[in-house]
Amino acid sequence: MLCSICNKNQATVHLTEIVDEQMTELHLCEDCARQKSLNMEQQFGLADLLAGMVNFGKQPEDKNSDLIKCPNCNLSYADFKKIGRLGCSECYSAFRKLLIPLLKKIHGSTTYIGKTTEESVSVKEPLAPMKFDILEKPEVKTSKQPDLAELKNKLTDAIKAENFEEAARIRDEIKMMEKKEIDTIKKKNSKIPDKKDKS
Amino acid sequence: MKIDNLINNTSEWLKGSGLDSDIVISSRIRLARNFPSIPFPHWANNNQTEEVTQKVKTAIASVAYLKKSSLFMMPELDQLDKQFLVERHLISHEHAARSEGKALCFTDNEVISVMVNEEDHLRIQVMKSGLDLDDVWQIINRLDDDLSKNHPFAFSKELGFLTACPTNTGTGMRGSVMLHLPALVMTRQINKVLDAIAKLSFTTRGLYGEGTEASGNFFQISNQVSLGPKEEEILDNIKGVIRQIIDQEKAARQSLLSKNRSVLEDRILRSFGTLLNARIITSQETVELLSMVRLGNDMGIIKNIERSLINELFILTQPAHLQKIEKKKLSPQERDIKRADLIRQRLETKPKI
Repeated sequence: MLCSICNKNQATVHLTEIVDEQMTELHLCEDCARQKSLNMEQQFGLADLLAGMVNFGKQPEDKNSDLIKCPNCNLSYADFKKIGRLGCSECYSAFRKLLIPLLKKIHGSTTYIGKTTEESVSVKEPLAPMKFDILEKPEVKTSKQPDLAELKNKLTDAIKAENFEEAARIRDEIKMMEKKEIDTIKKKNSKIPDKKDKS
Repeated sequence: MKIDNLINNTSEWLKGSGLDSDIVISSRIRLARNFPSIPFPHWANNNQTEEVTQKVKTAIASVAYLKKSSLFMMPELDQLDKQFLVERHLISHEHAARSEGKALCFTDNEVISVMVNEEDHLRIQVMKSGLDLDDVWQIINRLDDDLSKNHPFAFSKELGFLTACPTNTGTGMRGSVMLHLPALVMTRQINKVLDAIAKLSFTTRGLYGEGTEASGNFFQISNQVSLGPKEEEILDNIKGVIRQIIDQEKAARQSLLSKNRSVLEDRILRSFGTLLNARIITSQETVELLSMVRLGNDMGIIKNIERSLINELFILTQPAHLQKIEKKKLSPQERDIKRADLIRQRLETKPKI
């Protein structure tokens, strides 16, 4: 069998790829296989891994926190998630709230006890309230209700812990809640035109 | 110093001296450092990049450790020079691949190198042969202090040194030890060892750092965590792990010798024979065979050959080095011939079995 990429060399590597539930079989020669694995490595770099760590968990915060920008270098948290690199030393203050849990995940600690030198950057919460604070407020209200995202997190945890009974229970709860949400939205939507009709 | 002159130098880390140098090739520490407020290299504009280079320039001028050093602007070097520096472990692949705004300073003995505007404003590296992380730490710790005298680095009491990637935040330190572990590979114990290392949050890489595969039985082991423990603690942890791996490699060598002596001797001496007689040889084959010869030398199966000569051959037979020696561009086919010539020349005069 000849290599399905270069059609020249004998295929010695047989690869099954599943992309979007489509299975394809590839038969490659050694050179093409090496090239392909290089490409794959490049696609899945450190930045992706980091982004994965950042994204894991708390989803409701994400939309708002993405908008936070470092006042010094203008890098947004969304940029950071994309490239896996911060923009400048001041980013540590701008994104402090989000970075501390991330650092904890990476290093298992957030307390520095290494060599010391004069402090040139103090990592503190920005003093001035930021614009996105307005966006955050409605969320505080909704968080009093049982939180869908929280449940989803619990579900992931349960699956991780292989506690499948619990996972099934949570799954049903989520389904119920999603249905309720859809229903209330539908009701709201149907009410509005009603009112309009009457007036 | 001109880059071409390096070809006549043996880098300190290849000398094959120092503690446990039969198994440990070299000890290396790098520190990631940045200046406060100036955007990190990937996010900086040309002026800001230039500002960093100027700051580093003035810093270098006042540092005693860097008296005998040279500074290069990366865009002024050609592709071959850059590849050559990568092969000598003076710069990273990244530093060679995208050179705009980047600079490099290294000392004549190649113990210290400072990459400017790589992932961080400064990547300071100190590398020596054998297992000697303590000495390397002493040097780099002082060097770090001296470099920051005029322009302090971005440092927060709470989080330590602030780096472009949060994986380096804190000490900004990565200590690595390069090991030659042929017996653990031959006895198929290596994966068990590497798995155990990974569980202790150490990483293993190949000869050329991040993203490279282990070849020729060389493994680079380094810490992953940079925030939490002190520098000395991190290094102690690495030393502890390395000590155990060294013992396991030694035990594996002894067991090969006692249980499979003929097989071992056959493999080592065949490898040696191929190197002494080959007329065409790829760099991959060279690394594999040299690894066997190094093992044979360590175990007294091949005598009268300097360890530094074998170490050096690993580097001299790399593509850019061959082209520097020949002073011209060579196609891969031409290189395979020149490589075989070089190996015969260097090995033929020395050894007796």
